[in-house]
Amino acid sequence: MHISTRQSGSATIVEVNGDIDLYNSPEVRQVLLGVLREKRAPRVIANLAAVKYIDSSGVASLVEALKVSRDLGSRLILCGLSPAAREVLELSRLIKVFEVFENEAQALSA
Amino acid sequence: MIEDAKINDAIIAVLDLRVRYGEREVLHGINFDVRRYETLVILGGSGSGKSTLLRTLVGLEKPSAGEIWVKGKNIAQIPLGEMDEIRKKLGMSFQGGALFGSLTVGENVALPLREHTQLEDSTIQIIVRLKLEQVGLAGFEEYMPSQLSGGMKKRAAVARAMAMDPEILCFDEPSAGLDPIIAAGIDNLIVKLKKAFRMTIVVVTHELASAFLIADRMVLIDKGNIMAIGTPEELRASAHPRVRQFLDRVPEPEVTEELDYLQMLTEERPPRRS
Repeated sequence: MHISTRQSGSATIVEVNGDIDLYNSPEVRQVLLGVLREKRAPRVIANLAAVKYIDSSGVASLVEALKVSRDLGSRLILCGLSPAAREVLELSRLIKVFEVFENEAQALSA
Repeated sequence: MIEDAKINDAIIAVLDLRVRYGEREVLHGINFDVRRYETLVILGGSGSGKSTLLRTLVGLEKPSAGEIWVKGKNIAQIPLGEMDEIRKKLGMSFQGGALFGSLTVGENVALPLREHTQLEDSTIQIIVRLKLEQVGLAGFEEYMPSQLSGGMKKRAAVARAMAMDPEILCFDEPSAGLDPIIAAGIDNLIVKLKKAFRMTIVVVTHELASAFLIADRMVLIDKGNIMAIGTPEELRASAHPRVRQFLDRVPEPEVTEELDYLQMLTEERPPRRS
Protein backbone atom coordinates (compact mmCIF):
# COMPACT_ATOMS: atom_id res chain seq x y z
CA MET A 1 0.00 0.00 0.00
CA HIS A 2 1.25 3.45 -0.90
CA ILE A 3 -0.24 6.70 0.33
CA SER A 4 0.47 10.22 -0.92
CA THR A 5 -0.94 13.70 -0.43
CA ARG A 6 -1.17 16.63 -2.82
CA GLN A 7 -2.89 19.98 -2.96
CA SER A 8 -5.53 21.07 -5.48
CA GLY A 9 -6.71 24.57 -4.67
CA SER A 10 -8.11 24.52 -1.17
CA ALA A 11 -8.51 20.73 -1.23
CA THR A 12 -5.97 18.31 0.17
CA ILE A 13 -6.09 15.05 -1.74
CA VAL A 14 -5.00 11.88 0.03
CA GLU A 15 -4.48 9.16 -2.54
CA VAL A 16 -4.26 5.55 -1.41
CA ASN A 17 -2.88 2.86 -3.66
CA GLY A 18 -3.38 -0.77 -2.62
CA ASP A 19 -5.50 -2.68 -0.14
CA ILE A 20 -6.17 -1.25 3.32
CA ASP A 21 -5.91 -3.89 6.03
CA LEU A 22 -5.04 -4.47 9.68
CA TYR A 23 -1.35 -3.93 9.01
CA ASN A 24 -1.34 -0.69 7.04
CA SER A 25 -4.55 1.05 8.14
CA PRO A 26 -2.62 2.83 10.97
CA GLU A 27 -0.68 4.66 8.23
CA VAL A 28 -3.90 5.73 6.49
CA ARG A 29 -5.27 6.91 9.83
CA GLN A 30 -2.09 8.82 10.64
CA VAL A 31 -2.01 10.64 7.28
CA LEU A 32 -5.70 11.56 7.39
CA LEU A 33 -5.57 12.76 11.00
CA GLY A 34 -2.31 14.60 10.22
CA VAL A 35 -3.79 16.69 7.39
CA LEU A 36 -6.90 17.37 9.42
CA ARG A 37 -5.36 18.18 12.80
CA GLU A 38 -1.92 19.54 12.00
CA LYS A 39 -2.35 21.08 8.55
CA ARG A 40 -5.89 22.12 9.41
CA ALA A 41 -6.93 21.28 5.84
CA PRO A 42 -10.48 22.62 5.37
CA ARG A 43 -11.36 20.00 2.73
CA VAL A 44 -9.78 16.56 2.55
CA ILE A 45 -10.54 14.23 -0.33
CA ALA A 46 -9.61 10.57 0.18
CA ASN A 47 -9.15 9.17 -3.31
CA LEU A 48 -9.64 5.41 -2.97
CA ALA A 49 -9.80 4.61 -6.71
CA ALA A 50 -6.79 2.29 -6.41
CA VAL A 51 -8.09 0.51 -3.28
CA LYS A 52 -9.67 -2.82 -4.14
CA TYR A 53 -10.23 -4.03 -0.59
CA ILE A 54 -10.71 -2.26 2.70
CA ASP A 55 -11.15 -4.17 5.97
CA SER A 56 -12.83 -3.18 9.24
CA SER A 57 -9.72 -1.40 10.53
CA GLY A 58 -9.66 0.68 7.33
CA VAL A 59 -13.32 1.53 7.75
CA ALA A 60 -12.69 2.39 11.41
CA SER A 61 -9.83 4.70 10.38
CA LEU A 62 -12.08 6.52 7.93
CA VAL A 63 -14.80 6.81 10.60
CA GLU A 64 -12.31 8.29 13.06
CA ALA A 65 -11.06 10.77 10.46
CA LEU A 66 -14.65 11.75 9.68
CA LYS A 67 -15.33 12.40 13.36
CA VAL A 68 -12.22 14.55 13.66
CA SER A 69 -13.13 16.50 10.50
CA ARG A 70 -16.57 17.23 11.89
CA ASP A 71 -15.15 18.29 15.26
CA LEU A 72 -12.80 20.70 13.46
CA GLY A 73 -15.44 22.03 11.09
CA SER A 74 -13.69 20.66 7.98
CA ARG A 75 -14.87 18.17 5.37
CA LEU A 76 -13.75 14.62 4.63
CA ILE A 77 -14.88 13.43 1.21
CA LEU A 78 -14.43 9.92 -0.23
CA CYS A 79 -14.16 9.29 -3.95
CA GLY A 80 -13.41 6.51 -6.41
CA LEU A 81 -14.77 3.70 -4.24
CA SER A 82 -14.36 0.26 -5.77
CA PRO A 83 -17.48 -1.93 -5.74
CA ALA A 84 -15.95 -3.96 -2.87
CA ALA A 85 -15.06 -0.89 -0.81
CA ARG A 86 -18.52 0.57 -1.41
CA GLU A 87 -20.09 -2.71 -0.33
CA VAL A 88 -18.12 -2.78 2.91
CA LEU A 89 -19.33 0.73 3.73
CA GLU A 90 -22.89 -0.19 2.81
CA LEU A 91 -22.81 -3.31 4.97
CA SER A 92 -21.51 -1.27 7.87
CA ARG A 93 -24.39 1.17 7.24
CA LEU A 94 -21.84 3.95 6.77
CA ILE A 95 -22.24 4.84 3.11
CA LYS A 96 -24.70 7.64 3.94
CA VAL A 97 -22.57 8.90 6.81
CA PHE A 98 -19.79 9.91 4.42
CA GLU A 99 -19.81 12.36 1.53
CA VAL A 100 -19.09 10.04 -1.40
CA PHE A 101 -18.39 10.98 -5.03
CA GLU A 102 -17.70 8.87 -8.09
CA ASN A 103 -14.35 10.43 -8.93
CA GLU A 104 -11.86 13.10 -7.93
CA ALA A 105 -13.17 15.70 -10.40
CA GLN A 106 -16.66 15.48 -8.92
CA ALA A 107 -15.27 15.56 -5.39
CA LEU A 108 -13.25 18.69 -6.21
CA SER A 109 -16.24 20.52 -7.60
CA ALA A 110 -18.47 19.56 -4.67
CA MET B 1 0.54 -37.13 -3.71
CA ILE B 2 -1.24 -33.82 -3.50
CA GLU B 3 -3.54 -32.77 -6.27
CA ASP B 4 -2.73 -29.10 -6.78
CA ALA B 5 -5.97 -28.42 -8.60
CA LYS B 6 -8.00 -29.75 -5.70
CA ILE B 7 -6.15 -27.60 -3.18
CA ASN B 8 -6.32 -24.47 -5.30
CA ASP B 9 -10.05 -24.92 -5.78
CA ALA B 10 -10.70 -25.24 -2.06
CA ILE B 11 -9.96 -22.84 0.78
CA ILE B 12 -9.55 -25.91 3.03
CA ALA B 13 -8.64 -29.40 1.79
CA VAL B 14 -8.51 -32.34 4.18
CA LEU B 15 -6.67 -35.44 3.00
CA ASP B 16 -6.71 -38.78 4.83
CA LEU B 17 -6.90 -37.05 8.22
CA ARG B 18 -6.44 -39.18 11.30
CA VAL B 19 -6.57 -37.98 14.90
CA ARG B 20 -5.79 -40.08 17.96
CA TYR B 21 -6.25 -39.48 21.66
CA GLY B 22 -3.67 -41.81 23.14
CA GLU B 23 -4.31 -45.23 21.68
CA ARG B 24 -7.83 -44.40 20.58
CA GLU B 25 -8.24 -43.17 17.01
CA VAL B 26 -11.13 -40.70 16.78
CA LEU B 27 -10.97 -39.80 13.08
CA HIS B 28 -10.13 -42.62 10.68
CA GLY B 29 -8.91 -41.08 7.43
CA ILE B 30 -11.19 -38.17 6.57
CA ASN B 31 -11.23 -36.58 3.08
CA PHE B 32 -13.23 -33.51 2.10
CA ASP B 33 -12.80 -29.89 1.11
CA VAL B 34 -14.36 -26.57 1.97
CA ARG B 35 -15.01 -24.30 -0.99
CA ARG B 36 -14.51 -20.58 -0.85
CA TYR B 37 -17.61 -18.62 0.24
CA GLU B 38 -19.69 -21.70 1.05
CA THR B 39 -21.29 -22.69 4.34
CA LEU B 40 -20.22 -26.23 5.08
CA VAL B 41 -22.02 -27.98 7.92
CA ILE B 42 -20.32 -30.90 9.65
CA LEU B 43 -23.15 -32.95 11.02
CA GLY B 44 -22.97 -35.89 13.38
CA GLY B 45 -24.16 -37.39 16.62
CA SER B 46 -22.51 -37.14 20.02
CA GLY B 47 -19.08 -38.73 19.95
CA SER B 48 -18.99 -38.89 16.15
CA GLY B 49 -15.74 -36.93 16.04
CA LYS B 50 -17.22 -33.78 14.50
CA SER B 51 -15.94 -31.35 17.15
CA THR B 52 -12.50 -33.00 17.05
CA LEU B 53 -12.54 -32.47 13.29
CA LEU B 54 -13.30 -28.76 13.67
CA ARG B 55 -10.69 -28.31 16.39
CA THR B 56 -8.14 -29.99 14.12
CA LEU B 57 -9.11 -27.77 11.18
CA VAL B 58 -8.34 -24.64 13.21
CA GLY B 59 -5.10 -26.04 14.60
CA LEU B 60 -6.25 -26.75 18.16
CA GLU B 61 -5.62 -30.48 17.79
CA LYS B 62 -2.66 -32.07 16.08
CA PRO B 63 -3.45 -34.77 13.50
CA SER B 64 -1.72 -38.12 13.92
CA ALA B 65 -1.63 -38.49 10.12
CA GLY B 66 -2.90 -36.83 6.97
CA GLU B 67 -2.90 -33.33 5.58
CA ILE B 68 -4.96 -30.20 6.17
CA TRP B 69 -4.42 -27.55 3.53
CA VAL B 70 -5.67 -24.13 4.59
CA LYS B 71 -5.18 -21.40 1.99
CA GLY B 72 -2.52 -23.49 0.29
CA LYS B 73 -0.51 -24.42 3.39
CA ASN B 74 -0.48 -27.80 5.09
CA ILE B 75 -1.16 -26.81 8.70
CA ALA B 76 -0.40 -30.34 9.86
CA GLN B 77 3.24 -29.64 9.15
CA ILE B 78 3.95 -25.94 9.40
CA PRO B 79 5.99 -24.15 12.07
CA LEU B 80 4.16 -22.41 14.92
CA GLY B 81 4.88 -18.92 13.57
CA GLU B 82 3.24 -19.70 10.23
CA MET B 83 0.29 -21.28 12.01
CA ASP B 84 -0.23 -18.02 13.90
CA GLU B 85 -0.49 -16.22 10.55
CA ILE B 86 -3.09 -18.74 9.32
CA ARG B 87 -5.01 -18.43 12.60
CA LYS B 88 -5.46 -14.72 11.97
CA LYS B 89 -7.56 -15.66 8.94
CA LEU B 90 -9.65 -18.11 10.98
CA GLY B 91 -12.36 -16.99 13.36
CA MET B 92 -13.67 -19.50 15.88
CA SER B 93 -16.89 -19.27 17.84
CA PHE B 94 -16.72 -21.87 20.61
CA GLN B 95 -19.62 -23.94 21.87
CA GLY B 96 -20.08 -22.17 25.19
CA GLY B 97 -19.04 -18.78 23.83
CA ALA B 98 -15.77 -18.96 25.81
CA LEU B 99 -15.98 -15.28 26.71
CA PHE B 100 -13.66 -14.08 29.44
CA GLY B 101 -15.91 -13.47 32.42
CA SER B 102 -13.69 -10.80 33.91
CA LEU B 103 -13.73 -8.68 30.74
CA THR B 104 -16.60 -6.62 29.37
CA VAL B 105 -18.22 -7.67 26.10
CA GLY B 106 -16.31 -4.90 24.33
CA GLU B 107 -12.99 -5.97 25.86
CA ASN B 108 -13.67 -9.56 24.80
CA VAL B 109 -14.22 -8.48 21.19
CA ALA B 110 -11.17 -6.21 21.32
CA LEU B 111 -8.89 -8.95 22.68
CA PRO B 112 -7.70 -10.48 19.36
CA LEU B 113 -7.06 -7.00 17.96
CA ARG B 114 -5.00 -6.03 21.01
CA GLU B 115 -3.10 -9.34 20.88
CA HIS B 116 -2.35 -9.47 17.17
CA THR B 117 -2.30 -5.92 15.80
CA GLN B 118 -0.70 -2.54 16.44
CA LEU B 119 -3.99 -0.68 16.00
CA GLU B 120 -4.65 2.40 18.14
CA ASP B 121 -7.20 2.08 20.94
CA SER B 122 -9.50 4.53 19.17
CA THR B 123 -9.51 2.35 16.03
CA ILE B 124 -10.10 -0.81 18.06
CA GLN B 125 -13.02 0.84 19.84
CA ILE B 126 -14.71 1.68 16.53
CA ILE B 127 -14.12 -1.86 15.19
CA VAL B 128 -15.61 -3.34 18.39
CA ARG B 129 -18.73 -1.20 17.94
CA LEU B 130 -19.00 -2.12 14.25
CA LYS B 131 -18.76 -5.84 15.06
CA LEU B 132 -21.28 -5.66 17.91
CA GLU B 133 -23.64 -3.80 15.57
CA GLN B 134 -23.23 -6.54 12.96
CA VAL B 135 -24.30 -9.26 15.40
CA GLY B 136 -27.19 -7.24 16.82
CA LEU B 137 -25.50 -6.28 20.10
CA ALA B 138 -25.03 -2.55 19.58
CA GLY B 139 -24.93 -0.82 22.96
CA PHE B 140 -23.82 -3.89 24.94
CA GLU B 141 -20.13 -3.01 24.92
CA GLU B 142 -19.90 -2.27 28.65
CA TYR B 143 -21.90 -5.31 29.79
CA MET B 144 -20.20 -8.20 31.52
CA PRO B 145 -20.75 -11.66 29.97
CA SER B 146 -22.62 -12.73 33.12
CA GLN B 147 -25.23 -10.06 32.37
CA LEU B 148 -26.01 -11.54 28.93
CA SER B 149 -28.50 -14.25 27.99
CA GLY B 150 -27.27 -17.47 26.33
CA GLY B 151 -28.12 -16.20 22.86
CA MET B 152 -26.43 -12.86 23.48
CA LYS B 153 -23.28 -14.61 24.70
CA LYS B 154 -23.16 -16.56 21.44
CA ARG B 155 -23.58 -13.36 19.46
CA ALA B 156 -20.80 -11.70 21.44
CA ALA B 157 -18.59 -14.72 20.73
CA VAL B 158 -19.37 -14.34 17.01
CA ALA B 159 -18.43 -10.64 17.18
CA ARG B 160 -15.10 -11.62 18.77
CA ALA B 161 -14.52 -14.32 16.15
CA MET B 162 -15.11 -11.68 13.45
CA ALA B 163 -12.90 -9.02 15.01
CA MET B 164 -9.96 -9.71 12.70
CA ASP B 165 -12.12 -9.94 9.54
CA PRO B 166 -11.48 -13.67 9.12
CA GLU B 167 -11.78 -15.31 5.73
CA ILE B 168 -13.06 -18.47 7.38
CA LEU B 169 -15.48 -18.37 10.31
CA CYS B 170 -15.99 -21.58 12.30
CA PHE B 171 -18.80 -22.37 14.72
CA ASP B 172 -18.86 -25.25 17.19
CA GLU B 173 -22.48 -26.15 18.02
CA PRO B 174 -23.84 -22.60 17.64
CA SER B 175 -27.32 -23.49 18.85
CA ALA B 176 -26.38 -25.85 21.70
CA GLY B 177 -28.18 -25.00 24.91
CA LEU B 178 -30.45 -22.39 23.33
CA ASP B 179 -34.22 -22.48 23.08
CA PRO B 180 -35.58 -22.98 19.52
CA ILE B 181 -36.39 -19.31 18.94
CA ILE B 182 -33.00 -18.02 20.07
CA ALA B 183 -31.32 -20.86 18.12
CA ALA B 184 -33.20 -19.78 14.98
CA GLY B 185 -31.90 -16.25 15.57
CA ILE B 186 -28.31 -17.55 15.58
CA ASP B 187 -29.00 -19.52 12.37
CA ASN B 188 -30.30 -16.36 10.73
CA LEU B 189 -27.23 -14.47 11.90
CA ILE B 190 -24.95 -17.05 10.27
CA VAL B 191 -26.89 -16.83 7.00
CA LYS B 192 -26.80 -13.03 7.12
CA LEU B 193 -23.08 -12.80 7.87
CA LYS B 194 -22.18 -15.18 5.09
CA LYS B 195 -24.26 -13.27 2.58
CA ALA B 196 -23.08 -9.87 3.73
CA PHE B 197 -19.36 -10.47 4.23
CA ARG B 198 -18.74 -13.27 1.73
CA MET B 199 -16.98 -15.41 4.29
CA THR B 200 -16.41 -19.11 4.16
CA ILE B 201 -18.28 -20.66 7.07
CA VAL B 202 -17.78 -24.04 8.71
CA VAL B 203 -20.38 -25.11 11.27
CA VAL B 204 -20.37 -28.20 13.47
CA THR B 205 -23.77 -29.19 14.74
CA HIS B 206 -26.05 -32.08 15.57
CA GLU B 207 -29.17 -29.95 15.03
CA LEU B 208 -30.82 -31.13 11.83
CA ALA B 209 -33.17 -28.19 11.35
CA SER B 210 -30.32 -25.74 11.78
CA ALA B 211 -28.03 -27.71 9.45
CA PHE B 212 -30.58 -27.83 6.63
CA LEU B 213 -31.32 -24.13 7.01
CA ILE B 214 -27.77 -22.81 6.80
CA ALA B 215 -25.79 -25.36 4.75
CA ASP B 216 -24.68 -25.09 1.14
CA ARG B 217 -23.10 -28.52 1.59
CA MET B 218 -23.06 -31.00 4.44
CA VAL B 219 -20.62 -33.61 5.68
CA LEU B 220 -22.17 -36.34 7.82
CA ILE B 221 -19.71 -37.94 10.23
CA ASP B 222 -20.32 -41.19 12.05
CA LYS B 223 -17.86 -42.90 14.38
CA GLY B 224 -14.92 -41.01 12.93
CA ASN B 225 -15.76 -41.71 9.28
CA ILE B 226 -17.54 -39.67 6.64
CA MET B 227 -20.90 -41.23 5.84
CA ALA B 228 -22.01 -38.72 3.26
CA ILE B 229 -21.07 -35.42 1.61
CA GLY B 230 -23.45 -33.36 -0.48
CA THR B 231 -25.98 -30.59 -0.70
CA PRO B 232 -28.93 -30.67 1.72
CA GLU B 233 -31.07 -31.99 -1.15
CA GLU B 234 -28.59 -34.77 -1.89
CA LEU B 235 -28.49 -35.80 1.76
CA ARG B 236 -32.27 -35.75 2.03
CA ALA B 237 -32.43 -38.08 -0.98
CA SER B 238 -29.75 -40.44 0.33
CA ALA B 239 -30.66 -44.08 0.73
CA HIS B 240 -27.59 -44.90 2.83
CA PRO B 241 -28.90 -46.68 5.94
CA ARG B 242 -26.77 -44.70 8.45
CA VAL B 243 -27.66 -41.40 6.76
CA ARG B 244 -31.35 -42.31 6.87
CA GLN B 245 -31.05 -43.38 10.49
CA PHE B 246 -29.50 -40.05 11.44
CA LEU B 247 -31.84 -37.88 9.37
CA ASP B 248 -34.94 -39.82 10.40
CA ARG B 249 -33.76 -39.78 14.01
CA VAL B 250 -34.04 -43.52 14.44
CA PRO B 251 -32.41 -44.75 17.65
CA GLU B 252 -29.70 -47.41 17.49
CA PRO B 253 -31.29 -50.88 17.66
CA GLU B 254 -31.02 -52.14 21.22
CA VAL B 255 -29.53 -55.46 20.22
CA THR B 256 -26.44 -53.67 18.88
CA GLU B 257 -26.05 -51.87 22.15
CA GLU B 258 -26.37 -55.16 24.06
CA LEU B 259 -23.75 -56.77 21.90
CA ASP B 260 -21.46 -53.76 22.34
CA TYR B 261 -22.10 -53.91 26.08
CA LEU B 262 -21.32 -57.61 26.22
CA GLN B 263 -18.17 -57.06 24.22
CA MET B 264 -17.15 -54.20 26.49
CA LEU B 265 -17.65 -56.39 29.59
CA THR B 266 -15.80 -59.39 28.25
CA GLU B 267 -13.11 -57.76 26.10
CA GLU B 268 -9.57 -58.83 26.89
CA ARG B 269 -7.39 -56.16 28.41
CA PRO B 270 -4.45 -54.98 26.38
CA PRO B 271 -1.21 -56.18 27.95
CA ARG B 272 0.19 -53.74 30.51
CA ARG B 273 3.26 -51.86 29.58
CA SER B 274 6.10 -52.31 32.01
